[in-house]
Order: sequence, then structure tokens, then C-alpha cells
Amino acid sequence: MKVRYFAWMKRTVGLPEEEVSPPADVTTVGDLIVWLRARSPGHAEALAEGAAFGAAVDQRTATFDVKLAGAREVAFFPPFTGG
Amino acid sequence: MTVRVQEADFDVGAELGHLTDGNKRIGGLAVFVGLVREMHVREGYHRDKVDALTLEHYPGMTETALREIEAEANRRWPLEATLIVHRYGRMEAGERIVLVAVGSPHREAAFEACEFLVDWLKTKAPFWKLEETPAGEKWVGAYEGDDAAAERWEKKS
Repeated sequence: MKVRYFAWMKRTVGLPEEEVSPPADVTTVGDLIVWLRARSPGHAEALAEGAAFGAAVDQRTATFDVKLAGAREVAFFPPFTGG
Repeated sequence: MTVRVQEADFDVGAELGHLTDGNKRIGGLAVFVGLVREMHVREGYHRDKVDALTLEHYPGMTETALREIEAEANRRWPLEATLIVHRYGRMEAGERIVLVAVGSPHREAAFEACEFLVDWLKTKAPFWKLEETPAGEKWVGAYEGDDAAAERWEKKS
């Protein structure tokens, strides 16, 4: 699946997006976050416990308990500040 | 119902003309135009002037989110026409960022739906502001007042 990062998270992780193949026991957004943290210090910092960020699965806002089943794209981003 | 996300500026008069042309059931048109405000942000002992900002967004999700917000407004109020134009990219102080226009037979629905759309797009559409100050770039944090403004429409439903 493709994982995308936006705003400050993109800079902290060091890339805007990446293709990943998490193991079968990564079934929710929360599982994916924990798994991604091990990829680099930037990932660990951006996706740290207590950091203020949200997620989307296939371009729809998703809570961390949402299942990844069949997801093509997961995104992580800080709170929205548009308008 | 129209949603557009674009880098270019928009012409408010032309947009409103297109929106109402040929629809004689519209009795009132409520319009909100958001501008880049010249601000002074405090960073420790320093006060920095914000000269410009860059608005990043999530292409695809942005349009979906705005269309859902627009559909929700149409469910809640009897509207004849709705338009959301949101810019992204770099903008200097004084430039237009967003246009929200709502046409309805009566003004109450137009005013309320317009305010609803602005409140919800600020908290539910994936945009992020990066401010430029003389000291460097700074990502804008979420403003609690925006959450409270969006929240009051949740209670009404």
C-alpha cells in the first residue's frame, strides 16, 4: 500500500510518500502507525505517541481503530488549518 | 453544487454571476471571501510579521471532503446554488484564499448555510498553512476557536 505524509509530518519523516508491505498482523491504522515507527528516527518522531496527527484511509478521514483490509492508500497529517 | 480547488485566483463577481445566472428562484446570495491576513505572530520574545503563506492540500481527498460538506449543507437548508472555490499554493497578504457562496429563496438559509460551510471546511477539509515570516517558515497549528465554531453545527443536527 501507499503511505503518504503531509505538512510537517512530510518533513519529519523525510519523504512525501512510500510503498510499504506490512506483515499480516498489521490490521488497523493503529497497527500500521506502530509498525511504521520502526522504519526510521523520522518516522518514530512524526508518528510518536501523543503527537497531534490524524489519518485517512483511501482519502477518507479514519480513526486509528479503522481496519486496513484492502486499503490502497493511507495518509497521515496534522490537524487541518485551511480556510 | 460546485467545488473547485485551484492554484489561480478567482474573480468574485464573475463567479457569482455564473452561480445565479438563469436561476430566478434565488432570492438571496450569501458570500464569504477569505483573505490572507497580514499577521504578527509571537515566537518567544520575537514578533514576526507573516508576509505570505503556502497552502498545502491533499489532492483528491480535498475535493471529496468539500463535496461532502456541500452536500450536508444542501441536506440541512433549502438551497438553490452552492459554490466553494478554494486555492492552494503560495499567497501573499491581501490575496483571496477561499470563496463560499450560497443562494437560497430566503436570506436566513443563505446566511446560515454559508457560515456552516466556512466553519466546516476549516476543520474538515485537508489543508495546511505554512506561514512565511522574516525568521523562517512555520506550520500553523490548529486553532481551538475553529473547532468550537465547527462543533456548534454538530449540536444543531
